Amino acid sequence: MSRFSSLLVLVVVAVLAGWGRPEFSDAERQTIASLALSRLPPLKPDTTNRFADVPAAAALGSTLFFDTGMSGDGTVSCSTCHKIDRQFQDDLPQAIGVGRTNRRTMPLAGVAHDPWFFWDGRRDSLWAQALTPLENPLEQAGNRAAFAHYIKARFGERYERIFGPLSDLSSVPANASPLGTDAEKAAWNAMPASQAEEVNRVFANIGKAIAAFERSIAPPQTRFDRFAIDVAAGAEPKGDAAFSPEEILGLKLFIGKANCVTCHNGPRFTDGSFHNTGVPPVAGLPPDRGRVDAVRQVEADPFNCFGAFRDGDASACRELRFMVKAGPELVRAYKTPSLRGAATRPPYMHAGQFSSLDEVVAHYSKAPASVEGTSEIHPLQLSDRERAALVAFLKTLAE
Amino acid sequence: MASLWRYLLGGLGLAALLAGVLAVVYLTAPHAPQPSSDVGRSKTTANKLFVATFEPEKGVIRQGELESWLLTLNTVHGAPVEGAAITISGGMPQHKHGLPTSPQATDYLGAGRYRIDGVKFTMSGWWQLHFAISAAAGSDTVVFNVVL
Repeated sequence: MSRFSSLLVLVVVAVLAGWGRPEFSDAERQTIASLALSRLPPLKPDTTNRFADVPAAAALGSTLFFDTGMSGDGTVSCSTCHKIDRQFQDDLPQAIGVGRTNRRTMPLAGVAHDPWFFWDGRRDSLWAQALTPLENPLEQAGNRAAFAHYIKARFGERYERIFGPLSDLSSVPANASPLGTDAEKAAWNAMPASQAEEVNRVFANIGKAIAAFERSIAPPQTRFDRFAIDVAAGAEPKGDAAFSPEEILGLKLFIGKANCVTCHNGPRFTDGSFHNTGVPPVAGLPPDRGRVDAVRQVEADPFNCFGAFRDGDASACRELRFMVKAGPELVRAYKTPSLRGAATRPPYMHAGQFSSLDEVVAHYSKAPASVEGTSEIHPLQLSDRERAALVAFLKTLAE
Repeated sequence: MASLWRYLLGGLGLAALLAGVLAVVYLTAPHAPQPSSDVGRSKTTANKLFVATFEPEKGVIRQGELESWLLTLNTVHGAPVEGAAITISGGMPQHKHGLPTSPQATDYLGAGRYRIDGVKFTMSGWWQLHFAISAAAGSDTVVFNVVL
């Protein structure tokens, strides 16, 4: 009798203790493991940029990234908006360079894993991306002829050690670009083709150096990753890796009923693709139709993968080659952002529409219709407790 | 004392019964339609002109990777279909969106095998690929389900 009763007490205690422990199905465990940073594959070589993994190129790229001389008025660098101590973003709803842009600055951790760049994917390589703000009148507001002169005067020796000899630029106008002011366009059009190509080559190499630097910016390990490694191994997370019941509920919703993991998948919590999720436009900003307009821009970009400045062969251009070029789904579709570190960098969405994660989760729970095109998301009817749990889970990706 | 144990055992018995009932309810509950019965990699086309086989060129599917697949076309009598014009579309029926890329038939590899390059599955779930095939024998279509 007493042996039987103590056995029974043991069973009851074990059952009760088991209720307090994180319990995941095999499928949930697999999904959790697939999100861990340890599952992030090594960066693939970028054959379109043969300097991508050259340390001297990354070093020059880092110098250029922080150099305000890389702008039309000498006050703005890449790091003005991509702040090194703020996850390489600026905490503003819309970036402010020389002027005010219409888009939220994207953080840079793990950016080199992306197939497409900018919120709408209007560039197809990290080096082609880096060139775009340099000439945008609202960002760095420079022009490629002025950048070529600046590189030769300021970094000529370093540049030549990496990229080879710079040609004589003395007859190149001080300011010229096919994208600039009318005077800059006229100066550009008056240049001999060989000279324009040389300036374009220096300009492309600036992008390749900056891209080489940006390849080194990797996402750090978080509390979630320590938790996920233990869950994947069937071990019990200990210390700060242990999740609270609220964080576990949030994670279960994230990979279950709330369907977040459908798009925010893999170790970077992004599918790298474009979706209309009904995020409202910002009053006062120019019309913004997302991916549908970016498709034409990336096709027209002379620095795209099919262009003359790509290193290596065209086998690296499959993303561009097999790009979806038309369709109603591209209207107001924006890139799925990584959620790593997101909790500590409000505001959110492509134009900083939401000031807190609570607002973001409320949006996805309510799933309003899109002002144009069709939203891919559906109402979730999450309770207050469930919405708070999702936010609690997202915070584990920033701790 | 003895009666207390009787109650406890009775309670455990009731709990076990409840668990059993819940299990039966869960297992027999209607679920959303799944294509699990039709994920075959080889099938006869809609108008029975061809037998099509669709498989990843590297043997495995990796989510989020731009991959090439092989579409092998034979006549119903087993002869390889050459010179076929193939167009590809598709998407995720449950999400009502199309493919994230535009796959194309890029190479003919002989023996009725066509390389379908630019296939990418960006998320887990049920995907469909529709093939429209035109060859000397005529035009036909086939749909393959891929579940990740």
